[in-house]
Amino acid sequence: MANDPTGNQPSAPDDPQDNAAPSRRPIAPTDADATVVRQRTSLSDGERPHRSDAKRAEIAAERAARDAPGARRSDVPALAISHATKIYKARGQGRGATVTAVDDVSFTIEPGAAIGLVGASGSGKSTLAKLITGSERPTSGTIRFGDIEVNRLRSGGLRDYHRRVQMVFQDPYGALNPLHTVEYTVMRPCQNILGMSARDAVRRVHELLDIVGLTPATQYASKLPHQLSGGQRQRVVIARALACDPDVIVADEPVSMLDVSLRAGVLSLLGRLREERGLSLLYITHDLLSARVVTDHILVLNGGRVVESGMTKQVLQHPQDEYTKRLLDAVATPFATIRPSIDI
Amino acid sequence: MAAATGQTLLEAKGVNVVYEPARGVRIWSVRDVNLTLRPGEFVGLVGESGCGKSTLGFALTRMLRPPAKLQSGEILFDGKDISLLDGEDLRRQRRGGFAIVLQSGMNALNPVRTVAHHFGDILKAHERDGEDVGKREVRRRGTELLDKVHLDASVLGRYPHELSGGMRQRVSIALALALEPRMIIFDEPTTALDVIVQKAVMQTIKDLQRDEGFTAILISHDLGVVLEATDRLMVMYAGEIVEDQPSRALGSGLHHPYTEALLRCYADPRADEIDLGGIPGTPPDLSLSLAGCPFTPRCPLAEDICRREDPPLTSLGEGLAACHVRAREASSSPESVTTVRQAQAPSTPDTADSTEARHGQ
Repeated sequence: MANDPTGNQPSAPDDPQDNAAPSRRPIAPTDADATVVRQRTSLSDGERPHRSDAKRAEIAAERAARDAPGARRSDVPALAISHATKIYKARGQGRGATVTAVDDVSFTIEPGAAIGLVGASGSGKSTLAKLITGSERPTSGTIRFGDIEVNRLRSGGLRDYHRRVQMVFQDPYGALNPLHTVEYTVMRPCQNILGMSARDAVRRVHELLDIVGLTPATQYASKLPHQLSGGQRQRVVIARALACDPDVIVADEPVSMLDVSLRAGVLSLLGRLREERGLSLLYITHDLLSARVVTDHILVLNGGRVVESGMTKQVLQHPQDEYTKRLLDAVATPFATIRPSIDI
Repeated sequence: MAAATGQTLLEAKGVNVVYEPARGVRIWSVRDVNLTLRPGEFVGLVGESGCGKSTLGFALTRMLRPPAKLQSGEILFDGKDISLLDGEDLRRQRRGGFAIVLQSGMNALNPVRTVAHHFGDILKAHERDGEDVGKREVRRRGTELLDKVHLDASVLGRYPHELSGGMRQRVSIALALALEPRMIIFDEPTTALDVIVQKAVMQTIKDLQRDEGFTAILISHDLGVVLEATDRLMVMYAGEIVEDQPSRALGSGLHHPYTEALLRCYADPRADEIDLGGIPGTPPDLSLSLAGCPFTPRCPLAEDICRREDPPLTSLGEGLAACHVRAREASSSPESVTTVRQAQAPSTPDTADSTEARHGQ
């Protein structure tokens, strides 16, 4: 963990979790920190800290501040991946055989940036996403979110980290429990992570459904996943990811299972969220067109290594690496050059 | 290529397919579809999910299983109505008749049988009278078929899980070729594959179609892939075919507004400016009977007549489209439309050449 407190926070100076976010509750509270919280609000000792009214109030205030018109996130740290390497044991190939899924990858996601990770299957994109969201630990190298070292987080810390870094998966059909309504699905993180009351959570669900364009929210809230189209389901998944007001969204192929007609809608939603809420985005895909639309920078991965990186437009228009060129060649766009002639 | 000989290999007339579950709503998935395929044609069938394209593909190969039911219609394969065949008569049609390649080779192959076993199953089940397909014959034919899809004979001894996704899909294509069909339907053959692998598998399908001369229907939601591979494109919307054009004609001229909207969902990632269109709204609920043109609620051109009458497929440009507005525009100024089209269309009708030409642009 970071041993160098920034001193910005009015908590105990020896708190190793202290980070650069003054208005935020530090990730993974230490005992000292929890005591401070309790003293301020004189809660009963038995209450679990993550559901405490203090936290609820704090998060609400934080949200209010952030949702205020024109508010930008100034306190969001960068997510820095440095020399990340992940080596898996290979099965069935003899003793000691290994697969290097991610090989010495470094990059930084600045607040509000949108970075694309592109590559064919097996290039290490999704493994990198797992390292970043803390579901796998790197074999070597570090992933830091401000002062937090992600690979050292344990359950409680990871939970708080996930409040700030959320994931949107490829398959909107598999990511939603078919037996739960949209309202229930989106409500769970509000209650579990933000510790909201049921009534507040319902109100928040309706706000979120409005944000992702599922309007009228009351109509969609009571629906079950099978009553929604793929694009609508993916919007529900995004609403759920937004529920705990994250700073970073890691989206792993969020549109590849959607019809082309629905992709533009989801992509522009991601763009809008980034613009309006200052979200940073890590966009993982093999689809260069959507990467071009959503991201500013891309990294091209091949065999776990970054083979090319730069401004998205620059890289796609003037690819240097052979592999990038092959990826571009594989894009089927026979009418790209004729398209402007079609006009309604 | 055996195209354009004027004969008809497959003719579907008034095909209607309904999903009738024991409980729940009926879905009228394919609505009054008429189509004619010539031998050696490579046809693409595109549309959003749920538009009935796979259901139509299943209907044409008689693969529908309850709750899906061929409600009405005739399917003439080589002049013979196969819509009423069943049991042994239908099975006999598979040899030298029609085959289907499904989306996921993973699901289509039996995980506890070797690839050779799959070939054996098919070849033995369709032995001709007096023919005895032994182990050696299976190996010989299997090797030959795998070679056509650029796989090594060593694959015969392997189990599906030992193969990559692209290899599995190649195996299922080889299996479809085993009975020397005259028509193969490829139902999303590359959707589950990686982009680079997808490109290679599509190339194999194109080469095979050209070399073997079978009629192919490529079902896909990816208009880009379909346009690169096929000679002719059919667009489905809400269970109906709304447009039927030569693939090369899609680059110019007037089209069904749905086709035009689909085209706007594609762009070249290398372009200077990208303005990616979507199609607002969702396809209609197919449990209902539809009044008027099904695309009306999402259509920028919609007029009163579109709400009242479902437009028939009428001539538009080089093909057919079902749109009141476009039909009227085409009839009022046929000159301008054809000029644009001729200017843009590649001069040679050969697919391979026109594809090359487009790549070069």
